[in-house]
Amino acid sequence: MNSLLNIFSVVPIQYYVFVSVALFCIGVLGVLMRRNAIIIFMSIELMLNSVNLLLVAFSSFHNDASGQVFVFFIMAVAAAEVAVGLAILVTIYRNIHSISIDELKNLKW
Amino acid sequence: MTLYIFYFLSFVAIFCGLMTVFSRNPIHSVLYLIGCFFAIAGHYLLLEAEFLAVVHIIVYAGAIMVLFLFTLMMMNLNEQIEKHKPALARMAAVIASGLLMLVLIAILKKADTLTVATNQNDAIGTIKNLGKILLDEYFFPFEFASVLFLTAMVGAVLLAKKDKSKVAS
Repeated sequence: MNSLLNIFSVVPIQYYVFVSVALFCIGVLGVLMRRNAIIIFMSIELMLNSVNLLLVAFSSFHNDASGQVFVFFIMAVAAAEVAVGLAILVTIYRNIHSISIDELKNLKW
Repeated sequence: MTLYIFYFLSFVAIFCGLMTVFSRNPIHSVLYLIGCFFAIAGHYLLLEAEFLAVVHIIVYAGAIMVLFLFTLMMMNLNEQIEKHKPALARMAAVIASGLLMLVLIAILKKADTLTVATNQNDAIGTIKNLGKILLDEYFFPFEFASVLFLTAMVGAVLLAKKDKSKVAS
């Protein structure tokens, strides 16, 4: 336990920053590259999770539990967002029988 | 030892994240994303946020990804349906996100090296401690989260409900 207590003496906080940046950019890549709306949703989840990871790392680093409470709230918001977003996708699929975002350009002029 | 666990979990998280984006079959994407979430839960355990690790697995791997899988199977999406974007657009996406990562890392590399905080003795990630803070300092947002859930529930039901007037016509 004592070796785990000082994780930041073994793993610098910068490493966590880099991992989070990598995960966030993978999420951005997914949003930019894919056409399937569900995959885009999953990429957004990935971005949220990278931010969560960074918040937990810094909360542990500063020994302040507020960061973890915020992660808790982010999880709550993500769950609500996914429920509503998937309901919207189901409605779209029912109407146009596709969830490719190329078909969803009625708002584009 | 801890460093190797960190490297392993980071590798698994990033690899599964990449496979989520690049795999053609959406079902595989969902499964890789679950792997990524488990790796992140391992990170939380490493950072002594036990409560968050458990909640993360329950909420993400247990609820959200099951919702994704359920929707995918309901829509019956296979890989042959989805056409990929043209190669130019995909290349542009890779270059754009790669540049974003380059810039962010270049900025954060120059940041001042933070020193380890001094009081590292008490465990902050336990359910007892987090619950105390959640219901003490953050009581008001906590109650509002329930309102948010209620709104999301009503909205999801309303959206996914079959439109009776449209079916009839």
